[in-house]
Amino acid sequence: MMDVVADKTQLDISASIELLRERWPDAISHDNRDGFSGIIVDPAQLDDVALAIRDELGFDYLSSVTGVDYLGIADHMEVVYHACRTSGGPALVFKAQTGRDDPRVPSLVSVWPGADFQEREAYDLYGIHFDGHPDLRRILLWDGFDGHPLRKDWQEAYFEEEHKPFDSRWPGGQVYRAEEKNVFGKNVRYPDDLDLGRLNDVSESDLYQGLGLGVDVQALDSDGLRTDRLVVNLGPHHPSTHGVFRMVVTLDGETIASLDPVMGYLHRNHEKIGERNSFLHNMPFTDRLDYISSMSNNLGYALAVEQLLSQGARYSPPTYRAECLRVLMVELTRIVNHLWSLGFLLNDLGAFFTPMLYANNEREKILDFFEATSGSRLMCNYMRFAGVYRDIPERIRSVANLVNDKVRDYNTMDYLTEMVNERLPRFLDEYDTLLTRNEILRERTVGVGVLLAEDAIALSTCGPLLRASGVPYDVRRADPYSIYPELDFNIPAGKNGDIYDRFLVRFQEMRESVRILKQILPRLEQSQGEAVVTKIGHTPRVPVGEAYGRVENPKGELGYYVVSEGDPKGPQNPWRYHVRAPSFINLTALGPMCVGHKVADVVTILGSIDIVLGETDR
Amino acid sequence: MAQTDLRALQDTEFPVPEELQANIAITSLDKIYNWSRRSSMWPLLFGLACCAIEMIGTAASRFDFSRFGFEVMRGSPRQSDLMIVSGTVTKKMIVPIVRLYNQMPEPKYVLAMGACASGGGPFKEGYNVVSGVDKYLPVDVYVPGCPPTPQALLYGMITLQKKIDGQSLANLDDVPWYGVGPSEPTPVPVLGPDIIDPRQMELIREQAQQAALEAPFGARELPAWVNPAEVAQETTVVEETQDGAEDGIDPATAARIRKREEAMARLAARRAAKGGQ
Repeated sequence: MMDVVADKTQLDISASIELLRERWPDAISHDNRDGFSGIIVDPAQLDDVALAIRDELGFDYLSSVTGVDYLGIADHMEVVYHACRTSGGPALVFKAQTGRDDPRVPSLVSVWPGADFQEREAYDLYGIHFDGHPDLRRILLWDGFDGHPLRKDWQEAYFEEEHKPFDSRWPGGQVYRAEEKNVFGKNVRYPDDLDLGRLNDVSESDLYQGLGLGVDVQALDSDGLRTDRLVVNLGPHHPSTHGVFRMVVTLDGETIASLDPVMGYLHRNHEKIGERNSFLHNMPFTDRLDYISSMSNNLGYALAVEQLLSQGARYSPPTYRAECLRVLMVELTRIVNHLWSLGFLLNDLGAFFTPMLYANNEREKILDFFEATSGSRLMCNYMRFAGVYRDIPERIRSVANLVNDKVRDYNTMDYLTEMVNERLPRFLDEYDTLLTRNEILRERTVGVGVLLAEDAIALSTCGPLLRASGVPYDVRRADPYSIYPELDFNIPAGKNGDIYDRFLVRFQEMRESVRILKQILPRLEQSQGEAVVTKIGHTPRVPVGEAYGRVENPKGELGYYVVSEGDPKGPQNPWRYHVRAPSFINLTALGPMCVGHKVADVVTILGSIDIVLGETDR
Repeated sequence: MAQTDLRALQDTEFPVPEELQANIAITSLDKIYNWSRRSSMWPLLFGLACCAIEMIGTAASRFDFSRFGFEVMRGSPRQSDLMIVSGTVTKKMIVPIVRLYNQMPEPKYVLAMGACASGGGPFKEGYNVVSGVDKYLPVDVYVPGCPPTPQALLYGMITLQKKIDGQSLANLDDVPWYGVGPSEPTPVPVLGPDIIDPRQMELIREQAQQAALEAPFGARELPAWVNPAEVAQETTVVEETQDGAEDGIDPATAARIRKREEAMARLAARRAAKGGQ
């Protein structure tokens, strides 16, 4: 019988579901809707089922939590969970349904602490109450915001129609500015019962609390010294927060007593806009999530929609060349991202801008290639469903537009070969020599911001942050996609889970990416001439269903949860378009990592997580 | 200072003897103020979103905006002259942005970088997005693009320098900071149920009163949409029935022509006055 117990954590998804169904025949049912999968759990039993899923079946890693509003279809709200095993394999999907009037489900923070921010987000955007959540506050919007914007009956101030293109504009419609229609000339709408006398201006009180003026400054003893507890506000305008991110830090002397991340300063309503857009229309929007690695954002979304198109089955790659091009772009993006993040990590450590300028030099070379291929340096918008936008050009050309910029005219394959075989390895060696054993770097990073492996898994962290803690979990291996199964590469993992290990993991990942690129180049040569553009890429007819496409982004596991409810013949837009953003979820670990360190280390710890606010706030 | 640099300052109205031109320049106060200001513009180190990456790219060695006098980016608003609004401005973020702007010492300039900062961009309809930073702050230069390339940003910054070159101390509309006393700070927006611009309090109050009377107020009705193809047909019919070409012009075009003529007249008057002095 021992074998059976040991095997439970090896059971595949359908066997796992059967096991759960036997245990809770009344509380668990199959999700039988067309194109949907997984199980529906009665909210009353959700706690117990979740514990069994984690402990008995071994799904120790909660990938994503999100809400869906099925107004007009089934008139309930749904909370969708995707749990995975760190040992690999596909995700187990389970859902809890609740009424729309007073949506309530038990919180799973006690089972998977990584659900913390994600449940707060669902509360913020859907108004779903998670009973037992330790700190259920709005996370992206401010307290006092009117309504929960992702509910289907909530309309924005500039609302025109449910889906694009709007009838007034297409075909051949009238052009006007949305401001003209609004009485205030702005993107605002106030509720009818607005009481101007009792405005709750949180912005002011927040700021002054940050300065320690609004809170009691209490004296307490620590190490025999009388120190005052002081609340310090870092951000949202701060050069080292890598964007518009804010941390409210309570200091005991110079030591961090607690840290509360405040986000939403770049919440630009990606998901609401995504529900109005058509499927293809969302592709350029994904560029703007993690704006440093737009190519790999594209891939995740393309995978999700391709999964929908193939109705749950794994999508068979369109042509071999298209897949090669995808991997080529994604791995180059990984190098771009890590160059940027290591450069800025050094910046945060006080090596002001020199390492960053060195790294940026190489990055610009890759961006030149992106620009020649896709037309844009940053926002590539390159992937299409079942293919890519176009093949790589024969030559990389550009006019000399600046005095110190040479006229660029290279053969693309030569350019790539030189970059992959010589330039990048040479640069990595140089960077390695200059930095890796640098005493100051080691002094500031070894043993700082430690995240233990079990905490890293429990907090749902991903990417280099998780791997530096010694968990070799990489979606490219755990749940392979594209042509990764046939490529030879290692998953670098750290040991101590400190900043230095994250630095090393990122460095090693760049080397592994170069190794993958070296394998891709001959494949590109061989597949020359194959078509990479398919008709379906521009006019997908998406059947009803749900899909969760995930990729290993440079920052971690990027997932897209897409629900399609539309009539395949009519105008189509996603019913739900959720982004499981690695930067957002990795921040769950920021507070625990910072406590006990000095205030100067906060900046470095944040830099080592490598967040990008476009993705954090969406 | 090299002779060529001084020559840029020379005012031709009062010629300096050739042999002294290396050492002496006679110029106007306007010119020397503008020249020194435009040649050392320090931008605020202030990134909002995707455009910030291109802004850093422009600051980095390959494009290097220091060459044009944008020497260093300062982290503190107190030390900077130029705010590059690089990215989507959200309702939550406009509050700190206006505060930062108020903290910048005059003279100060704002450059809206990219589609979002100029007018909301792809995220315009978003419920948390401010459709253009110019709804709250005066913008000097708009740079289109999503994101603008470093070249485009440099062009925008050079355009700003040209704008500064054209400013005159005599015209207080151009340089409000030479007016009497400190200028008024921009009112900081308030986060209520939605973002509230203090300058619109009256309008909002009016809306609340109307709502209490159950009179719809929130949305303004646009004229009903008509198919331009049909309109084109109708106008051709009108033109055929009426003889005068003048009468064939629709009222909107006529108004535009009238406005333009008025503007030209004003310009001519201003030029005449300048020549008279």
